[in-house]
Amino acid sequence: MWAYIVRNIAQRLVLLFFVSILAHSVIHLAPGEPSQVDPSNPRMKPEDIARIRATFHLDEPLYVQYAYWLRDLATGELKSFKDSQPVLPKIGQRFLNSLPLFIGTTLIVWSLSFPVGIQAAVRRGSRFDRTTTVLAYTLISIPGFFLSYLVILGVVSFLNVPVIGMKTFGTEDAEPVFQFMDRIWHLVIPSLMGAAGGIAILSRYVRSQMLEVLSQDYVRTARAKGLPEESVIYGHALRNALLPFVTMFGFLLPGLIGGSVIFEQIFAWPGLGRLGYEAMLARDFPVILTLNFIVAVLTLAGTFISDLLYVLVDPRIRLE
Amino acid sequence: MASTSITPDLVEPTPALGPISEAWRRFRRDRLASVGLGVLCLLLFAALAGEVVTEWWVVFDPTAIRLPDKFLPPFSPASTGIQDVPVFGHYLLGTDELGRDVFARMLQGSFVSLSIGFIAVGIAVTVGITLGGLAGFYGNLRLGFITVDTLIMRFTDTMMCFPAFFLVLTVVALLPPSIYNIMVVIGLTSWAGTARFVRAEFLSLREQDFVVAAVALGVPERRIIFRHMVPNAMAPVLVSATIDVAGAILTESALSFLGFGVQPPYATWGNILADGKDFIFDAPWLFFLPGCAILIVVLAFNLVGEGLREALNPRLRAR
Repeated sequence: MWAYIVRNIAQRLVLLFFVSILAHSVIHLAPGEPSQVDPSNPRMKPEDIARIRATFHLDEPLYVQYAYWLRDLATGELKSFKDSQPVLPKIGQRFLNSLPLFIGTTLIVWSLSFPVGIQAAVRRGSRFDRTTTVLAYTLISIPGFFLSYLVILGVVSFLNVPVIGMKTFGTEDAEPVFQFMDRIWHLVIPSLMGAAGGIAILSRYVRSQMLEVLSQDYVRTARAKGLPEESVIYGHALRNALLPFVTMFGFLLPGLIGGSVIFEQIFAWPGLGRLGYEAMLARDFPVILTLNFIVAVLTLAGTFISDLLYVLVDPRIRLE
Repeated sequence: MASTSITPDLVEPTPALGPISEAWRRFRRDRLASVGLGVLCLLLFAALAGEVVTEWWVVFDPTAIRLPDKFLPPFSPASTGIQDVPVFGHYLLGTDELGRDVFARMLQGSFVSLSIGFIAVGIAVTVGITLGGLAGFYGNLRLGFITVDTLIMRFTDTMMCFPAFFLVLTVVALLPPSIYNIMVVIGLTSWAGTARFVRAEFLSLREQDFVVAAVALGVPERRIIFRHMVPNAMAPVLVSATIDVAGAILTESALSFLGFGVQPPYATWGNILADGKDFIFDAPWLFFLPGCAILIVVLAFNLVGEGLREALNPRLRAR
């Protein structure tokens, strides 16, 4: 067990090293340097560009630049090209903004998908099953920003609920209760929109998993013993159907950054996804690379945790 | 279902129904998937016809700018004395902010959107099958200190560490904007899943009797791989490819929304929708038409993919 954990962590560290090298090469080999973001500016003289390149070490070979990046990241000295702010506090600030959105989305997805999926599986072929199936496919197929614009239109004209940004401008002096509720309202619509696709995918997955388990012999045995239907479904079937979802906790983590660019852009939410988007527009290599690095760390940590959880919940699986 | 080469040539003597026609029978029983297939056939026809007429026929010119006729709602007649009169003298789906005929643009866009989907998925599937097949068949071969399997699968893991959309966005934002870059980037960033399950299929197929028998008969390796193993590993690839085409069309529209999509003069449904969102109150048809079109087509691809999964999956046959 411990040997497995140590070996696994070592493997993941090696993988992380290769991921960062690959990310570094992709970004530096692609055309367009930070010094060329504004080529039409007449005040940019060749000596200025040379000075910028020297300051950011862009005139050095790639492996030297990689070493600089790694050293600065390790010492926490890494500075953004765009505004010379330290990268890590900048990311930390945006992370705190993204966190409520992430938590809201995850809560909505997981608390809605399971009841819907289980009911659809238990009542296979019923009207409920067919309706949720069509609805799920529609949610998967609709472009996220199209749906968001429709919902914004509807919400603004009928419910009078604030939707854009993290809070209403100019409410700093209001009562704390009001401010809190304002924050919650701003959180609801973006979380719902971010959750829409997730609900569709996860509820379909729950459904197929439940169908699989419900046709197993031990479910028939439980029914034959005369157990009440509820106890069969929730006690015997569901507990076995839940196993694969443990692994999905691992895939949640990287969603903190990757899945949110579009929705943060629509709802003017100053989170990590938008930070990455702005950094790309400005060719802000340190921010892009560090974000990418963090995503890779989260992905690797997530799959590692899900492997371990699998062993904890399923006694049939042994690590060798 | 045009390819008949899926039938392996070592099956038992002539069953009543070939595996293809049996799968087709199961597929047709799924009403939603059949409707989806119908929609896709219509779309394919519209895309091909659209490409021909927008290219050769001036009444369908999607780039003709008619400033006196901007923001006309659907079915409004073209004003008199205008050059490049649209087909039937009417704008079937209205005009946009430059007076371009939205019907012609949607026709052109259907071809461009579909080719982005098909080419991107084609690249992803080719890379995925090649790498997954290599890892599955020649996995035990040693290259110096590591096996082929370790090398390929660690590379796949590396690719999976990048969040898909973020990676596409990074590369597309850094490269010069072009329709080919978008196809290639979406293709090269989405092969990891295919590679993983082609490898898994190959690993299990390699142990099965018909492959072992083929090896024992001295059938050449190339023939074993392409004639016996690849056709049997194709079912999950086909299913995921169908669903991935839908994903590629959605990715393109999301990129367009962020301003990194296909650039003018090409029209795609994604960039018609992304441009239309600025005029959502003045000209709602510019927003709702392409949005609903994308929804319907992506839905059709997803339904056909699911129908194929049910039709091709032998484990579900018993139910």
